[in-house]
Amino acid sequence: MDFTFKPEHRALRRMFREFAEEELRPRAKEVDRTGQVLPEVLKMMAELGMFGLPFPQEYGGVGAGDTGYCILLEELNRACASTATIVGAHIGIAAMSIYLDGSEDLKRRYLPDLAAGRKIGAFALTEPNAGSDAAGIQLRATLEGDSYFLDGQKMWITNGPIADVYAVLAVTDASLGPRGGHTCFVVERGWEGFSSARPERKMGLHGSPTSALSFDEVRVPKENVLGQVGMGFVTFMKTLDIGRVSLGAATLGGAQAALEAAVRWARIRKQFGRPLAHLQAVEFMIADMATEIEALRSLVYRTAWLVDTGQPFTREAGMCKLYGSEVASRCIDRALQIHGALGLSRDFHLERGWRDSRITEIFEGTNEIQRIVIAGNIFQEAGVRIRP
Amino acid sequence: MDFSLSEEQQMYLGLFNDFAANEVARVAEVTDREEAPPLELLKKAAAQGFLGVPIPEQYGGAGLDFLSYTLLLEAVARHCLSTAVTIAIHTSLASMALLLAGSETLKERYLTRLASGEVLGSFMLTEPEAGTDARALQTAACRENGHYRVNGIKTWVSNGELAGLHIVVAATPAAGRKDCAMFALEKAAPGLSVGYREPTLGLRGLTLNTVYLEDCWVPAENRFGEEGSGWEVVDRLVDLFRESLAAVSLGAAEGALELGLRFAVERKQFGIAIAEKDAIQAYFGDTKVDIESLRHLVHHAAWLCDAGREFSQEASIAKYKGALVAKEAANKMLQIHGGYGFSEEYAISRFHRDVRALRILGGADEALRQQIAAPELARRGVALKPELY
Repeated sequence: MDFTFKPEHRALRRMFREFAEEELRPRAKEVDRTGQVLPEVLKMMAELGMFGLPFPQEYGGVGAGDTGYCILLEELNRACASTATIVGAHIGIAAMSIYLDGSEDLKRRYLPDLAAGRKIGAFALTEPNAGSDAAGIQLRATLEGDSYFLDGQKMWITNGPIADVYAVLAVTDASLGPRGGHTCFVVERGWEGFSSARPERKMGLHGSPTSALSFDEVRVPKENVLGQVGMGFVTFMKTLDIGRVSLGAATLGGAQAALEAAVRWARIRKQFGRPLAHLQAVEFMIADMATEIEALRSLVYRTAWLVDTGQPFTREAGMCKLYGSEVASRCIDRALQIHGALGLSRDFHLERGWRDSRITEIFEGTNEIQRIVIAGNIFQEAGVRIRP
Repeated sequence: MDFSLSEEQQMYLGLFNDFAANEVARVAEVTDREEAPPLELLKKAAAQGFLGVPIPEQYGGAGLDFLSYTLLLEAVARHCLSTAVTIAIHTSLASMALLLAGSETLKERYLTRLASGEVLGSFMLTEPEAGTDARALQTAACRENGHYRVNGIKTWVSNGELAGLHIVVAATPAAGRKDCAMFALEKAAPGLSVGYREPTLGLRGLTLNTVYLEDCWVPAENRFGEEGSGWEVVDRLVDLFRESLAAVSLGAAEGALELGLRFAVERKQFGIAIAEKDAIQAYFGDTKVDIESLRHLVHHAAWLCDAGREFSQEASIAKYKGALVAKEAANKMLQIHGGYGFSEEYAISRFHRDVRALRILGGADEALRQQIAAPELARRGVALKPELY
């Protein structure tokens, strides 16, 4: 087994690390305060090829695969979770769904703009009555002649307020349910009847705009069906699986940043006449953080390897998301504790990371759902079919 | 053992719950959103005698026992931790400092005004180099004729900009770490200036300021407590404050549980209320176990205090456990809310942010844990190193 990253991936990591340290970290506090990642920053990221990183060059991407994409999210999230979330939703689930199951025509019409960052993408699955119960969506898509008419709402859509292109899951045949009755569509901002609501006020990720979407008999040409009619749910679940690996990588970056901050503070801060590093309580917390991070790193990059080599990865993807989100929360929380009262101050960066990371245990499938997916996967091998 | 509350305690419990549900609940959200101390609410609390609950009637308090006081803090914290902590600082630290160690003159001059809520109190202990190691404080008080000159910087002063009376803990150069001096400082004392207000993750209705003492002039009679027993008094106050934070934690956990239950019963997924799902029920079960355990710890420590018995250990245990119970309750109940738990339109995220400070304020978990072990070790001849506050 060769555990080393390829030279091109190491080069990408160096480039992303430099970018994140120079352009994202210094702006992160302001992003949190204003709720906006600046267009010029997004432009810089586009110029570095970030927005199409995993996709093949023929679609305008860089061809770095899932491993390269994980490295990107890890490095971005180390510095600014809001920015990483915009990119993660754009690449990992929006553009990814088009790449995985879109027709050649659909891919050629949308991927180059998305890969170049000329257009921003969003992935619209969740509805007011369909959260964990994703199969319970109600947005209707009715076929009339050459077009579908979409009517209903979506909720909690990352990039909702800023995206130009939306991958949307709708019900084409309510009698068939998710297997056979759901279809994906690509919808563009500007089409009549489509609108996004004002950004939600959230505890964290202030710079990652999230909103409801409204579809009022939006006309979608049938050329914009994404994948096969009736197979939309499968497309979306496949897409979420891949998204979970990179989310694991993002949480890895957040946990790593917390560890570095904790070590730095433990070295500098003195109480009882010596640095905190000499307190066993602190030493044990650092050791636990480092161990979990190491385990997560192996899990994430091994899973990215499974994706890149075409092997099954659903179970491991769920583990990346589940373990990663919980490791990040624990590590950031320990780092905050080591900083004492300073960790509670909004003048310092830690509490922002603490607020930002909380959602990772919830979105992209709550950790309760991840546990059910993982257990379901295991029991399936044992011949038992479980349900949420 | 009779675990029931007395008739009088029951009656006050009813008053506290009414006040909390009707008055505190109403301002909790705006207090957090605008980071505005709940001044109107505090006036209403004062009018009902709630800002001097355990202070004797002769000094303008309600003259209730400490257990009753914890019932107030618990009730308020079910809705607003900022308000609960504001009251705890004011009563358990500032007011109790004067009650325990102040001269009659100082009690008459200041305690009545604190107990009635005419002025709010603060307790200035922490400094940039003296957090967990409180005894490393450097604020110095020098005697000159009939007054003291006090110099230093105090940080993280709760109620800093609201207080009309500050209790400041200073070093006595002669005694080093072994002793400290306490002073009652009026807001207008020459040389005292309240500075920067710290913006915080939670408890955003609590004002936390840096306070500067530059040749702060204070009359000699405003120094209180006996020489040589300064830290003893501070330690006793910290015990009372820890027990108070335990009661706040209990209320917070109860408030969070109520929010989680309400949401889970309404929210339907997979055709049924999520309250019917095994995993969700397990969260409720765990939270209930934690809450009831904590309730017993809080009440037992308060009962010991009221019986005039040693309660330092029990207060530390209750505080330590309380902070973890509140953390787990808020976190699990937020998780139950799903995406709504991350939205500022729902109250649970405020609880989640607010309870984080409880593991640091009043003694960090890691320090408390060792302090709790200390008596057992001391009995066997082993001393704590370093000496933990």
